[in-house]
Amino acid sequence: MYEHLETAENRDSLKRVVVDPVSRVEGHGKVTLLLDADNKVQQARLHIVEFRGFERFIQGRPYWELPVLVQRLCGICPVSHHLAAAKAIDQLVGIDPENLPVSADKLRRLLHFGQVLQSHALHFFHLSSPDLLFGFESDIGKRNIIGVLADYPDIAVQGVKLRKYGQEVIRMVSGKRIHGTGAIPGGMNKALNKAERDYLLADIDQIISWSVQAVALVKKVHCANLPYYDEFATIRSNYLGLIKPDGALELYHGGIRANNAAGEAIMDHVDYCRYNEFIHEEVRSWTYMKFPYLLALGKEAGWYRVGPLARVNNCDFINTPLAEAARLDFKAHSPEAMVHSTLAFHWARLIEALHCAESIKELLHDADLLGGELVAQGEKRYEGIGVIEAPRGTLFHHYQVDENDIVTKANLIVSTTSNNQAMNESVRQVAAEYLSGRELTEPLLNNLEVAIRAYDPCLSCATHAVGKMPLQLELLDAEGRLLDKLVKHSDGGIERV
Amino acid sequence: MPKPVLIFGYGNLSRGDDALGPLALAYIEGHADLASVDLLDDFQLQIEHALDLEQRALVLFVDASVNCNGAFAFAELTAAKDDSYTTHAMSPAAVLAVYQTIKHQPPPPCFLLSIKGEHFELGEGLSAEADGHLAEACQFLQRLLADLDVAAWRCLLSP
Repeated sequence: MYEHLETAENRDSLKRVVVDPVSRVEGHGKVTLLLDADNKVQQARLHIVEFRGFERFIQGRPYWELPVLVQRLCGICPVSHHLAAAKAIDQLVGIDPENLPVSADKLRRLLHFGQVLQSHALHFFHLSSPDLLFGFESDIGKRNIIGVLADYPDIAVQGVKLRKYGQEVIRMVSGKRIHGTGAIPGGMNKALNKAERDYLLADIDQIISWSVQAVALVKKVHCANLPYYDEFATIRSNYLGLIKPDGALELYHGGIRANNAAGEAIMDHVDYCRYNEFIHEEVRSWTYMKFPYLLALGKEAGWYRVGPLARVNNCDFINTPLAEAARLDFKAHSPEAMVHSTLAFHWARLIEALHCAESIKELLHDADLLGGELVAQGEKRYEGIGVIEAPRGTLFHHYQVDENDIVTKANLIVSTTSNNQAMNESVRQVAAEYLSGRELTEPLLNNLEVAIRAYDPCLSCATHAVGKMPLQLELLDAEGRLLDKLVKHSDGGIERV
Repeated sequence: MPKPVLIFGYGNLSRGDDALGPLALAYIEGHADLASVDLLDDFQLQIEHALDLEQRALVLFVDASVNCNGAFAFAELTAAKDDSYTTHAMSPAAVLAVYQTIKHQPPPPCFLLSIKGEHFELGEGLSAEADGHLAEACQFLQRLLADLDVAAWRCLLSP
């Protein structure tokens, strides 16, 4: 691996290059490289420069506000926070997942499938396809969704409509695209009516067809560039996520499965309410984001990856036929038990999007969505833990409340935090294998961003004030003097200053 | 069938002054005749919002901005390919460009009301300065809503 590039020994004598912020990811992160006189990379780090303070935001609030409030933590996966919070709050009102009313469980699953579908579609078609279709070092002016719309109009429009469809699923289930109140303590606040169901059914076959085509596209791109795609930013890691009792892919509720790089079980079907017993988080001085690891393996070897690659690697099968066929194809392309290619995140992501589309169709034909008991009640508890598989990976919400129903303690482990060490490892692999010794240019530095984007990290939140996100590249000499600086302005213009 | 006018306020209610767009929308909801107006809110603009512009005669985006000179600014938008194509949060001009590319036709007349914001931290409420800016912007919104006409709006553009 490339751990030796986390901290260089002779830092004061090295040149520093900063990629700030990393573009086409959510939030504000930066990459710093320290180079020696021969442009050899001696240190590479991905930093998260915003302290999010999620827990402080939640503490002191009445628990019943949380399903709505936590949606504001993140502008791109509000439904994931909504559902993780809802699962935790179910426990606060005495309802364990197996006691949630059947209709409520299915409505939440439909909501979640809509969320994962739209998120995966956005990431692939909007944020990643420009790199994959045009090349990592292609003209920056073309590497964007408009470039894709111009050269691959059918693909780009399908991406827009897949995203829109997922948003419509969310709107039908929760009443609004955002700030919806679909999930409430112990259940859901409404069923679908027939008009809403028929509205969603009208397009679902088209959505499945486009999802199949998307999987074929990403497979074609990946396999056309072997072995490069299997080696770029690739690291051998542990993988963690939820799993169904029968070993099938699971996104909403299941036990924890963690496998090692050889595909051997580290733990299986473990109750996620015990997560504190097997996951710890390490703090490092140079970044706000923590580094989770499996306690049993220790800090050095216990880090793991979550998200589509982990889930598709970890599951024994997928319970929808087209996605299962795609999974078998995906696994067959690699000679190893686990697919370790970081760029294979894209392929796995679209297999999941297809699974979501198939699952949405199956659920829409289920009469339980149209009525039945929606809310269950139980005995109040003082602690609740909710875990789901968000688009980017396993998401933990853990709350404690007092006798007045006020949250006294909150702990969140978001998916991107779990991938922190892995993203850093991928950055170091790219820095060492593709950048070291070469003159740095924007196309070359985009390789670093491609590696990070494969994880679809959500580094921040929903703030978006216009004009706050310029891209700067700085090159400093050994004394810290500025040698060169490139600034990409918010209007897209690039200036050497 | 969509209504002919769309007013789209975007931002995060729990991010300090980022709430200005949704708060302006809430004001409209309580003070305007919505017979011909659809209201839409979201955290941020994305590609699929191009489809919300379909079959509209007039569109107003409302957002917080750190770049306003005064309390607010009112501008007409043109489709533009800018750097926001590479983010999770697109600019309104970029959304118009996506519409144009998908639909192979110009977007409907679109305007942007930018309201000046200062502080955007998670968990913060609206700052006192932004509250004042919102009040001024809402008075201006009343003028816009009084005459839902492209030519009338063009007469109100900020210098």
